[in-house]
Amino acid sequence: MFLGVTGQTLRLGVRAGGSAIVGLIFFLAVVTVIPFGVGPDLKLLARIGPAVLWIAALLASLLGLERLFGADREDGTLDLVIVSGEPLVLYALGRAAGHWIATGLPIVIAAPVLGLLLDLKPRAMGAVALTLFVGSPALTLIGSVGAALTAGLPRGGLLSAVLVLPLTVPVLIFGVLATYGAISEPEPFLSPLLLLCSLALGSLALAPVAAAVALKLSLE
Amino acid sequence: MPTLTELANPTRFLAFSARVQPWLWALAVALFAIGLYLSLFVAPADYQQGDSVRIMYVHVPAAILAIGCYLLMAIAALGTLVWRHPLADVAARSAAPLGAAFTFLGLVTGSIWGKPMWGAWWVWDARLTSFLVLFIMYLGLIALWRAFDDPARAGRVAAILVLVGTINIPIIKFSVEWWNTLHQPASILRIGGPSIHPTMLYPLLVMLAAFAALFASLLFTTMRAEIYRRRIRAAEMMAAQSMGIHTRSAEAV
Repeated sequence: MFLGVTGQTLRLGVRAGGSAIVGLIFFLAVVTVIPFGVGPDLKLLARIGPAVLWIAALLASLLGLERLFGADREDGTLDLVIVSGEPLVLYALGRAAGHWIATGLPIVIAAPVLGLLLDLKPRAMGAVALTLFVGSPALTLIGSVGAALTAGLPRGGLLSAVLVLPLTVPVLIFGVLATYGAISEPEPFLSPLLLLCSLALGSLALAPVAAAVALKLSLE
Repeated sequence: MPTLTELANPTRFLAFSARVQPWLWALAVALFAIGLYLSLFVAPADYQQGDSVRIMYVHVPAAILAIGCYLLMAIAALGTLVWRHPLADVAARSAAPLGAAFTFLGLVTGSIWGKPMWGAWWVWDARLTSFLVLFIMYLGLIALWRAFDDPARAGRVAAILVLVGTINIPIIKFSVEWWNTLHQPASILRIGGPSIHPTMLYPLLVMLAAFAALFASLLFTTMRAEIYRRRIRAAEMMAAQSMGIHTRSAEAV
């Protein structure tokens, strides 16, 4: 069940017109736009670079959430899942996992490359990739709760972004802090990274449950 | 006093609240009269901050009520999901705009207070920042409630978000504090918790009671309005059904 849903979500995401490519392009676009706002000063960009990559990844992770459960709710797949007696939690987790592999993982891989544009040092690139690898699943999982809450609503995507953004504040904070901890010496690295891990694991445990309950209640 | 279970019946709640409401309003007005007099004329000016310290008598109660309102909504959300208490959803929905308003009041008064103290309308202090996040969460909840046509479904979905937020708010608070201590030195003037002088504490407590009474009065009023709104909606649906006409809302479902 879990693997099947994950695989299907992944295939849908990678297919032409899926959210994977668009999410990646959006990530690139946000990173490109920021120097136009703050100016082409490479020193400044190198300093704020990790934060820029993290914010861009956060915004990109909100994209495509609208279709995560919306299509299944409309065409009755969700009813079938519930009737089949399979645990709805696994279904929600599978959707989130597939979505992360399709959209989150490419961003993790692309982030160091885009770091070149922002004059990041190799160490900083590695740090961004590592913290995004740990943190972006948490972003996707928290996002899946928002997607479940707004499934079946017209313009649900925008609403779910508004609902999810405040909840992702801790992930962003510890992700960026751990990144800077890895780059500059006096600031702690391990403790924010561990807190980031705990946020990811905590959302792994709780988010699918909340999403499953929301999906079930929204169908009653 | 009827118990919570008895009040689950909306009609009984309407009768009860109709009786209690005038007294609550009177209590709120009386407490505000005493509290404002005490805090504006009796309480001393701060030796450092001068008269601007009097903003505290509005700011602190508003902030406490803003958090208390979220706690109330969390309990109501449990009531909706676990016990299916029919009024819990009404209470949570009516409380959300009040919570947003008190949070906004706390933010604005804090900002007005901060201008002479910090020299800026806004600083990214841990408390201010987590309150801003709380404000955004209130607005998101209100938007979620309004997005659904069916109030019962909206109530259940919003209750989940309230509970998710209940888990998240302490984490946000903790992370923002961590973020704040690393990013800027904690050099902000603030009124120390227990070291506050009694001449300032009593006006503050009276104002807190006044705000609580105001909150309760407003909550009862908005809850009554919400119950009537749902009855009108149900009556309209029934009328439309009996005439065999699809209403606009029925088509949208």
